[in-house]
Amino acid sequence: MRRLLAVLALPLLGAEKPLLVPDVSQREVEIVYSFTGAELLLFGAILYPEGRVPGRGEKPAEIVVVVEGPLQPVLVREKAKIAGIWVNAHRMRYRSVPSFYALASSKPIRSLVDERTRAIYEFGTDSLQLSPASGAQPDEQARFDRGLVDLRRRAGLYYEAPDAVEISQGVLYRARVHIPARVPVGRYTAETFLIRDGRVLAAAVRPIEIRKSGFERFVASAAQRHALAYGLVAVTLSVGFGWAAGALWRKR
Amino acid sequence: MDLYLPIANLSVNAAVIVLLGLGVGLLSGMFGVGGGFLTTPLLIFYGIPPTVAAASAASQVTGASVSGVFAHFRRGGVDVRMGMVLVVGGILGSLAGAGLFALLQASGQIDTVIGIVYVLMLGSIGGLMLTEAIQALRAEKGYRPKPRRRRHHPLVAALPLRWRFYRSGLYISPLAPLLLGFATGILTVLLGVGGGFVLVPAMLYLLGMSVQVVVGTSLFQILFVTAAATLVHATTTKAVDIVLAALLLLGSVMGAQIGARFASQTKPEHLRLALALIVLAVGARMLLGLAWRPDEIYSVELQ
Repeated sequence: MRRLLAVLALPLLGAEKPLLVPDVSQREVEIVYSFTGAELLLFGAILYPEGRVPGRGEKPAEIVVVVEGPLQPVLVREKAKIAGIWVNAHRMRYRSVPSFYALASSKPIRSLVDERTRAIYEFGTDSLQLSPASGAQPDEQARFDRGLVDLRRRAGLYYEAPDAVEISQGVLYRARVHIPARVPVGRYTAETFLIRDGRVLAAAVRPIEIRKSGFERFVASAAQRHALAYGLVAVTLSVGFGWAAGALWRKR
Repeated sequence: MDLYLPIANLSVNAAVIVLLGLGVGLLSGMFGVGGGFLTTPLLIFYGIPPTVAAASAASQVTGASVSGVFAHFRRGGVDVRMGMVLVVGGILGSLAGAGLFALLQASGQIDTVIGIVYVLMLGSIGGLMLTEAIQALRAEKGYRPKPRRRRHHPLVAALPLRWRFYRSGLYISPLAPLLLGFATGILTVLLGVGGGFVLVPAMLYLLGMSVQVVVGTSLFQILFVTAAATLVHATTTKAVDIVLAALLLLGSVMGAQIGARFASQTKPEHLRLALALIVLAVGARMLLGLAWRPDEIYSVELQ
């Protein structure tokens, strides 16, 4: 959302400004028992004023797609060696951290925009604006930021996919973004940006809803809302399993 | 086959979890232990969040102990009176354990504590089993260790209020088994283990119970206390993953039956030696994470 506001604040370029018409292959992703992640296809068209596609001599338009998961407040802990063993020694609280972040672009993001623009639009896993809840020294915060981003990057929750956006004829684009199985449920956003000559010219957003469905949804909500009954079912299940196996084997 | 776990929020290979359960069940069938002490760390190595691993492993131990309890009941190998005292202690212990769990979780030290307790427990039990197995192997070659006289510990005799436990052949204070049950109850909630590993030697060497009822009574206690721990986890941490538990159970109840038959055919000393080495290896792996370098320096907790 911050990024969108930044676009709206851009000086109006009048008729010179191209328009984006984006869409997503799935507006809803349902998590069922066989869920191992989802492959989202984000596609759309670039509408140039008066249908004038940039020619050979001109700088071509590039596309950046950012898929972001729901923001969560988190607590990051850092281990340190104290008295010979590693324990959680320091911590930092963050108010809102994206649970998922994927950036797909038609060219590596660093070759498209400068550092300032990357910071404004949060382009790239190193440019995320993580908001700490408590005041901390800048270098300490940077250390925790790096730790958090690195952890999520290795879990496949934060990533950049340069060259994942294909632009055909300078008008149609499509990008594939993989969402791993470990993501939380909630409202995701897919934001598409049109970049030309180092500047963001247009942006558009589409929501994507990820939710548990069927049995998975039933189990997750039962565990939360009917905790005691859920626990009793788990105990009954384990006693039943044990008893059934014993009975089956005795018969033989 | 990949399967999504609704509480752990990730997808796992179902076959791997069933095989893990099978392996642990095999061990539990052979040695009469629940096997939770192996399930929890193995699940954590596999990438399951520690809380979910501990909460779901407890229900696997329940399943693994059911058929054992029935078998021992038929043989008259359960001292119900002693068992009830242990269960009461265990349930109180699991409630106290839940409080401790919440406290440690809030201070961020839960994984360190789980690690330390595991290293201590696995290290001492593995060492004990290893020396015992080696002694047994040497005994075969003519060496005989001197027989141990059955007698309860002087500390137990010092406790006030005495009850008669006929099946165990004891006249001791019920506070002793109550405290023992309490301690294993805490372990069950913290680690997802049944506590049989602690319970059996303590019953033999601290309480001085008669050997015929030790395994049956400890299984009886484990059955009820792991069930209570599952309920405690379900209502407090809400981390019991029923799909994960079902997969583990599927493997472990089969494994337990195979193991029980396997045990009667193979030399127990060799099996015990192998188990001792497995236990020590798991303990060493956890020690490595504590003392040398953890897998991750940073950890993220949702608020």
